[in-house]
Amino acid sequence: MGSVREWLRDRLGLDEIQHLVEKKDVPVHRHSFWYYWGGMTLFLFGVQVVTGILLLLYYRASADEAYESVRFLMTQVSFGWLIRSIHSWSANLMIGAAMIHMFSTFLMKSYRTPREVTWLSGMVLLGLSMAFGFSGYLLPWNQLAFFATKVGTDIVGAVPGVGHFLLRFLRGGDQITGGTLTRFFGFHVAILPAVTTLILGMHLYLVQRHGMSVPPSVEQGPTPPPRMKFVPNFLLRDMVGWLAALGLLALLAALFPWELGIKADPYVPAPAGIKPEWYFGWMFQTLRMLPSHILGLEGELVGILGIGLAGMVWLVVPFLDDVRGIGPRARFWRIVGVIAILYVTVFTLMVYRGGTP
Amino acid sequence: MKRRDFLDWLFWISGTTVGAFVLYPVVRYLVPPEMPEAATRRVNAARGDELAPGAFKIFPFGGEPGILIRNPDGSYRAFSAVCTHLGCTVQYRPGERMIWCACHDGFYDLEGRNVSGPPPRPLERYDVHLAGDEVVVEKAQTA
Ligand code: HEM
Ligand code: FES
Repeated sequence: MGSVREWLRDRLGLDEIQHLVEKKDVPVHRHSFWYYWGGMTLFLFGVQVVTGILLLLYYRASADEAYESVRFLMTQVSFGWLIRSIHSWSANLMIGAAMIHMFSTFLMKSYRTPREVTWLSGMVLLGLSMAFGFSGYLLPWNQLAFFATKVGTDIVGAVPGVGHFLLRFLRGGDQITGGTLTRFFGFHVAILPAVTTLILGMHLYLVQRHGMSVPPSVEQGPTPPPRMKFVPNFLLRDMVGWLAALGLLALLAALFPWELGIKADPYVPAPAGIKPEWYFGWMFQTLRMLPSHILGLEGELVGILGIGLAGMVWLVVPFLDDVRGIGPRARFWRIVGVIAILYVTVFTLMVYRGGTP
Repeated sequence: MKRRDFLDWLFWISGTTVGAFVLYPVVRYLVPPEMPEAATRRVNAARGDELAPGAFKIFPFGGEPGILIRNPDGSYRAFSAVCTHLGCTVQYRPGERMIWCACHDGFYDLEGRNVSGPPPRPLERYDVHLAGDEVVVEKAQTA
């Protein structure tokens, strides 16, 4: 046994890996709770990859067969309902965890030098997750998804300049057809997983490279915070969270199996209650509340430009904030962060509380 | 220019050129071909006895949905069924005698004018006439 281990150690460079593992530690202070959310997002992404690959065994990506194949999966295949419900629920939890992760790193100012690129890659990952959700949503080819995709791509089409190009690129034509489904399927199971894996690798490398950041309030304290070994202490705590998430997924899948709805038909009026998945809700609600015209421009356009601009600013905050994380500039960006969280939370809730205006 | 700089320069120029030659067809490939604006200018939308007064139907018109409404007096009117807001398919509400888009609660009157909710423009109106037992819908001659 021992010699096999040595043989592998010399060939795989296990010593270096072991050294890295032993070196990694995590600061312990009163905000340490928020360090778990990146790992939570990672775990849920793992669940998506595994369940997604399982779904591929039965799913058929064509307008004639997609709906029927998902129905078959839900009603005939043993535990098909479980795999699909977990994939759908975990998609939502994953994006929720990613958002918590983003907002908590924002408030802890973890994006300060030298972690600007970590922040940028994290934002790209959140964008990719939302693209995963948007493309996956259409795959069962049901009525709600059909119109949600229609509205979503129409909004993209209203972007000045490149809108028309993007709309046709997304739809694979001017209308939503079987061709759109094929495209979305390609995005969902090939392009997005490949790109995400790449960016995720970079994000994790940077986290490893720079170590965990310490928020300014702790940094300013009289003594540096104590540290906890990543392996095994922090990892075991991570795993408690993952186990809880797995339990929650099983519970949600069993109590609220994901619905299939009715098959999409382009020649049927849009049903009431078309709404996007909750993580697009705050944008949807913003657009819905704008009047049809603002200062002579279409309300939609003003909304899209506003949201785009806000997103840009949010992306480059590491370059605008104070590097030390203290002082009036730092306070200003903290307030911006709190307002952003309130805005997104309130507008997301309004989609569900307000009903149609 | 030193030989080394020249080779550097050559390397980047030729690399960029090769890259561009590879990228160009790929980018063009990603964008689907423009379908000739469906030559359909007229279509048989319904049979003469299909719709009772006050009823409506959605019919395919050159790849897009149209809406055909039968008035209480038995005559017809037809519009594009694509909401001018974000493209959902509209429906007729006989109670209010309005055209309604469920997506964001947009209303149009029976002239196709956007009267409330987010839609920014009226619906395109089509001509309707009867040909034998068929209700024929035609794009207005203008445009
Ligand atoms: C390699 C990774 C993945 C693969 C191979 C995959 C595969 C699939 C397949 C085949 C479907 C269609 C079956 C169905 O609709 O039930 C689907 C649906 C879906 N996927 Fe994924 N997926 C992956 C990752 C993700 C991720 C990361 C997310 C979101 C963050 C996601 C969100 C969704 C959603 C929302 C649906 C629609 C569920 C439904 O209504 O049925 N997927 N996926
Ligand atoms: S798409 Fe018709 S009101 Fe928004």
